[in-house]
Amino acid sequence: MKRRDFMQMSGLGIGALMLPSVPVLGSIVSSEHLLEPGVDVAIKKKLADIALNAAKNKGASYTDVRIGRYLQQYVFTREKQVQNIVNAESYGVGIRVIANGTWGFSATSDVTPEGIAKCAETAVSIAKANSKFQKEPVELAPQKGVGEVSWKTPVKKNAFEIAPKEKIDLLMKVNSRAMENGAGFVTSNLFFINEQKYFASSDGSYIDQDIHRIWPTFTVTAIDKAAGKFKTRDAISSPMGMGYEYLDGLASEKIAGPNGLVGYRNSYDMVEDAITAAKQAKEKLTTKSVLPGKYDLVLDPNHLGLTIHESVGHPTELDRVLGYEANYAGTSFATLDKWQSKNFNYGSKHVNIVADRLQPHTLGAVGYDDEGVPAKEWNIIKDGILVNYQAIRDQAKIIGEKESHGCCYADNWDSVQFQRMPNISLKPGIEKRSVLDMIKGVEKGIYIIGRGSYSIDQQRYNFQFGGQVFYEIKKGEIVGMLDDVAYQSNTQEFWNSCSQLCDKDDYRTFGSFFDGKGQPSQVSAVSHGSATTRFDGVNVINTARKI
Amino acid sequence: MAVLSKEEAKQIMDKVLAFSKSDEMSVGLTGSRVGNIRYARNSVSTSGEATNLGLSVTSVYGKKSGTATINEFDDKSLEKTVRRAEEIAQLAPENPEYVPMLGPQNYLDINSFAESTAAINPDFRAEAAFKSIDPCVKKDLTSAGYWEDRTGFSALANSKGLFGYNKATSVDFSITVRTNDGLGSGYAARDYNDVSKLDTALATEVAIQKAQASSKARALEPGKYTVILEPTAAVDLLQNMMGSMDARNADEGRSFLGKKGGGTRLGEKLFDERVNIYSDPQNLEIPGSPFGGGGGRFGGGGSDGRAQEKVVWVENGVVKNMYYSRYWAEKKGVKAIAPPSGFIFAGGTESLADLIKGTEKGILVTRLWYIRAVDPQTLLYTGLTRDGTFYIENGQIKYPVKNFRFNESPVIMLNNLEAAGKPMRASGNLIPPLKIRDFTFTSLSDAV
Repeated sequence: MKRRDFMQMSGLGIGALMLPSVPVLGSIVSSEHLLEPGVDVAIKKKLADIALNAAKNKGASYTDVRIGRYLQQYVFTREKQVQNIVNAESYGVGIRVIANGTWGFSATSDVTPEGIAKCAETAVSIAKANSKFQKEPVELAPQKGVGEVSWKTPVKKNAFEIAPKEKIDLLMKVNSRAMENGAGFVTSNLFFINEQKYFASSDGSYIDQDIHRIWPTFTVTAIDKAAGKFKTRDAISSPMGMGYEYLDGLASEKIAGPNGLVGYRNSYDMVEDAITAAKQAKEKLTTKSVLPGKYDLVLDPNHLGLTIHESVGHPTELDRVLGYEANYAGTSFATLDKWQSKNFNYGSKHVNIVADRLQPHTLGAVGYDDEGVPAKEWNIIKDGILVNYQAIRDQAKIIGEKESHGCCYADNWDSVQFQRMPNISLKPGIEKRSVLDMIKGVEKGIYIIGRGSYSIDQQRYNFQFGGQVFYEIKKGEIVGMLDDVAYQSNTQEFWNSCSQLCDKDDYRTFGSFFDGKGQPSQVSAVSHGSATTRFDGVNVINTARKI
Repeated sequence: MAVLSKEEAKQIMDKVLAFSKSDEMSVGLTGSRVGNIRYARNSVSTSGEATNLGLSVTSVYGKKSGTATINEFDDKSLEKTVRRAEEIAQLAPENPEYVPMLGPQNYLDINSFAESTAAINPDFRAEAAFKSIDPCVKKDLTSAGYWEDRTGFSALANSKGLFGYNKATSVDFSITVRTNDGLGSGYAARDYNDVSKLDTALATEVAIQKAQASSKARALEPGKYTVILEPTAAVDLLQNMMGSMDARNADEGRSFLGKKGGGTRLGEKLFDERVNIYSDPQNLEIPGSPFGGGGGRFGGGGSDGRAQEKVVWVENGVVKNMYYSRYWAEKKGVKAIAPPSGFIFAGGTESLADLIKGTEKGILVTRLWYIRAVDPQTLLYTGLTRDGTFYIENGQIKYPVKNFRFNESPVIMLNNLEAAGKPMRASGNLIPPLKIRDFTFTSLSDAV
């Protein structure tokens, strides 16, 4: 297996809590270069056929070929200046085969007939060499070839076609508005990704896909030098499977919340959020510290998404359940016997968790996964009961599925594809209910918005989550902000304390843009939808300390 | 050939520099061969090897800079890359914080290259994995491990005459062993420059013992406990603290080193007086990179060319130095100390066993997991214990205990230092086992 040059850009204008580092793949190029068209699809088909034939001739019983062009543009700013604009392109081919019942993978940036044929042969020889260690032969769930097809993220504005100046102007406005409204410092970033992927397999599929993702974000910091204190507030944007139109800030996509708060659905007003963030960060400097104890939590979708990700998304990855991630990310409490029992109460009856790769505007939306399986939707938790996992072709039979769930992904052409999380979302409630309605019913609670500190154990039982802003609820009303809030719970206990959901009008997606998994580590992007949801009697701790 | 000699690297870089038309230009050249083998469920899941040779050119006009990279080395490609970096620079916005490039530097002689590591081949890796898997199979246990070896070089040069070259090797190995009933789990991790120091069977034996000893864990009430953090557990919290010693953040009042009323806590006694932390790129156990300012253990890539040297960060509990970007150091009129590539926490001579012997009541922690910042102001972190947590009484390990979630700041922890043992290498640093009183566990976890 070949591995990409994995360049880490640490610290570049990124909020301390949010991202330790940002991966950049491939070569640094000009922004104009990102607009050049890739290789014509007819040529890619010819190249792919060379790989398929070469592997077959060497004894492969199955082959898939991914010719990939991965484009990235990242813009980093702080206060009044641009720190960096990174334009990167990575282009090459990854070939995966089964020979002697064993996987083999090889990748090359030499995308010529000779380079590809040689790469296919290497993949077969690696499979044969590794077959010495194989205990059971790989068995793939059947997947009928889909012929020559294509799929494209339905973007309205290709972010790569927007001039860098427009992007810089936007971030400069974000920064200046934040500073005018009380921020001492601000960093803001834009991340754009375009995956131009051509997939072909010996099943008879030739799939051309053009996938776009966007993530605008910032961190504002308010400082009280006299008191020696500082507080931050990160953007409550969500990374999306959209084009630059996500930044249009359409009024029709804003959801009015309590106390003048605004939630963003499929359109984000970055400047407006920066102004709010600056005011909130400033307010946090003098906000009351939380009294620890049991509270009813009202969790905004922009916060709950990460809790879903960590406490439902990861534990239901079948490879974790089986032990393939034991040395790194860990295993899972959601073991096969719990699923087989058909009565494992993962959550209360209100909890319906759906996996999908179909929802428009999401990070998980594709036409086909990285082993040629069409996108679909399936239940993970139904009426509170664990009913399924996330599986790919070589795992499907373990859980008695006739076909793969279509959640195989590689983060680059030179990474081998493996099981990655699809969108994992909590279905909204059926009864009509707004956030205000929900708050009205809470005696002693906390309303939490935004992604904060997060930590969960290696089997996904015990977790602790913070947030960006916290509001105290007393007798059905918001009475003010709180600080130093984190809640600790056990996954099953927490989801069984779920007592109320807002309806579909409040449904929004949260996203994780650089979700890490595997050794060597690969990133992936995934969305989590939900409406605002209530959880009763959750343990809240106070995180204030003196040093 | 991914690992070029000093002469080969210089020849390419001189050629690139000769193409420059910009005010300033720097060139970075790095090459590596990285091999890995991963196994789980007592079977190899992936293995591979990758070689990479890459050139990065940064051209500067005034305060505008642009970078382009390439991995082809014919004259035409090199010139094209220089022109592209120049085009990108001319289109870039001005960076008000740009600092002109450094001239020639005196780099320390550092020996971080081992022939034994450079000679590793796929059979060697498979054998190393086998030595780890086989004892687990024989004892009816399940192993999952990862091995990654790296042989590489990095070189930098610029139009002001700076030139540096370093080659290095490393190997990182980690192993998790679980009992088949899922009730016990043990872990060990080792990293070296010289693979001849690594014995995967020996490391696996440690993980096996912990897995077997950790099943049937008892639940203790969460609360404040005296803990002994093994180096693999202590390193993550200490690394997080060392990574927060940036002077600019402190000056700007947004760091644990910021001071009430403004200014920083440089020169203040922030920790127990037995806390001494320094970095030394020439340390034989953790040889670092000769160049700093980015790039980590292998230097080069993101380095701004500053020479790494021995730096004392904490002396007798007092904060002695913070690290700087070149811009911030110039603005403050101080020496631009680069962040270290690895650090040394000076300890004593006591072994881990000695520390356990001297403990009346306490908890031995093998590893901490999923550590995340809770409050950057106080460096409060949360996370969990994992893969071997044991109760100590009267100098002996009594029984395994359920894992805990902690909420603790390394600053508070280093004020509650009881004893520091003999340092050992952990993730490129030298860290002693640390005995800490009043370590805060806030809840229990059912995870094994």
